[in-house]
Amino acid sequence: MKRVLWKLDKYLEMIRIRFLMMLAYRTNYYTGILIYSINIGAYYFLWASIYGGKEQIEGLSVVQMTTYVAISWMARAFYFNNLDREMAQEIMEGKVAVELIRPYNYLGMKTMQGLGEGIFRLFFFSAPGLIIVYFVFPIQFSWDPGVWLLFALSIVLSFFINTELNLLTGITTFFLYNNAGLIRAKRVLIDLFSGLLLPISFFPGWAQAIMKYLPFQGISYTPSMIFTKGFSQQQAIAAIGQQLIWVILLLLPIYLLWNVAKKQLIIQGG
Amino acid sequence: MEHIIQVENLRKEFKAYSSRTGLKGAFRDLLTRNYKVVPAVNDINFSVKKGEMVGYIGENGAGKSTTIKMLTGILTPTSGEITVNGMNPHKERERFVQTIGVVFGQRSQLWWDIAVQESFRLLKKVYKVSDEQYDDHMNHVIRTLDIEPLLDRPVRKLSLGQRMRCELAAALIHNPPLLFLDEPTIGLDVLVKLKIREFLKEINEKYHTTILLTTHDLSDIEALCERVIMLDEGKVIYDGALRELKEKWGDRKELQFQFLETVTITAIRNLTNSFPVDWELDEKERVFTATLEDRDELISQVIAKVVAAFKIKDVKINETSTEEIIRNIYEKGAVEVG
Repeated sequence: MKRVLWKLDKYLEMIRIRFLMMLAYRTNYYTGILIYSINIGAYYFLWASIYGGKEQIEGLSVVQMTTYVAISWMARAFYFNNLDREMAQEIMEGKVAVELIRPYNYLGMKTMQGLGEGIFRLFFFSAPGLIIVYFVFPIQFSWDPGVWLLFALSIVLSFFINTELNLLTGITTFFLYNNAGLIRAKRVLIDLFSGLLLPISFFPGWAQAIMKYLPFQGISYTPSMIFTKGFSQQQAIAAIGQQLIWVILLLLPIYLLWNVAKKQLIIQGG
Repeated sequence: MEHIIQVENLRKEFKAYSSRTGLKGAFRDLLTRNYKVVPAVNDINFSVKKGEMVGYIGENGAGKSTTIKMLTGILTPTSGEITVNGMNPHKERERFVQTIGVVFGQRSQLWWDIAVQESFRLLKKVYKVSDEQYDDHMNHVIRTLDIEPLLDRPVRKLSLGQRMRCELAAALIHNPPLLFLDEPTIGLDVLVKLKIREFLKEINEKYHTTILLTTHDLSDIEALCERVIMLDEGKVIYDGALRELKEKWGDRKELQFQFLETVTITAIRNLTNSFPVDWELDEKERVFTATLEDRDELISQVIAKVVAAFKIKDVKINETSTEEIIRNIYEKGAVEVG
């Protein structure tokens, strides 16, 4: 146990460093809060008008829908990061050379930076944001600790799935040199297919059938449905199991691509 | 003595892509691209002993940085063997980098937005340095490099010279037995340069740190290194003592004259045509330069002859500089050693 801690020490320190870096850019932090509030507000009014007088659409009431929107944006603050863009930049500017002369795992360190960023936003961004949203919009919070526990478990797994996809996208920079387009496409794809913009149950049946076999719904749809009680407990546990499977499955392409990438690495800029 | 670095038949090839001309060519490039395989490092061999300070020099694109990157485990060689600190750098990267320190003059390894001491703290954890080791070693480094007052400032607010001193300290946190410096003094002023050189000498003496240094500033090499390895187009063209290089190539001296009266170059050539002297004239500055063998007698005879014939404003005797020696070598190609 002590040896594991000793090994983790540097990764934990990286989380701290990321905290410091987030604090160094306060303006980003404030504008972030503003953007998220606007998004939640816009989606609330959009959904309110879609529901009109209707009680339920696809098994979700309007209150559940509002809660779904609010909670999925707040969860996004935790799992979302720009690791793919950061990696692309580090690779293009040749900074990756400096990372490779250090005795740590580059991808592991990147993941920890993302986690540091996520934890920072969770406490200083999502939590206060959610309190404000709670008073402004008609939202139904569950105070069942079982739900909270499953939700917590689920967003941690969301973080890992999303981060793994980001790392994969980041590694492609080694082969494509400029993958700004790919990064943008991936972001839109994730926002759409993860259920952030639209719950998966709203998609046509054939699309739902395909998406069942993709990792995206594990990013946003699963935790949000757990929180809004759109899932029964059994469904929730099954969905979390599915998330876990994706976390493990995605390690494989990362491992393979990273090994190929290291061999054909060219440091740009001399 | 043990070898810290051992390199055998090391080779690194890159693909150099070339674009076809015209619009039609651009469309063809979308499908297939022309490329040539270019060897950046071409079958080089050398070894470095413990405690040596070696200058690794060459023109831009000679393959210096590529070699350093292979020695530090960043790049995989195309072929050949490398053993550094008893390990294969690329294969055992994480264990290996624990035993080296690297400074890239052109890129920072400190975290840009946070205070220097936070970077140090992270690196201390990364390299698993204990508090006692850190205090014992780093207090000394910090004092010698005079960076105490910079520690609580974010890196982006430091000047280049201040940053470079911090970079050097950061590379030494784990007190590595081998230090790679890739152009550590690029763009620095004389005072900072001197300070860094002093410091490098000191750690070399104190800990027998082996240092491999690439630079364009030959005064760095002169001040620090007894041995130089010279690279040209990916090949080692000289490997040996700097002193030998100087003795062999620096056997000439320069005499510079400025005159009070107007003198033509032909007149001065005629005057000294009995001696083996080459004259050159810098038209703008009106400086006449004679290059001749380094023999005391010859030099005084030439000076006596010129001084007797014309009114002198200024005379200088210069040794051939290392820079000139190196330029000579590049112009003439490989050096026959020994």
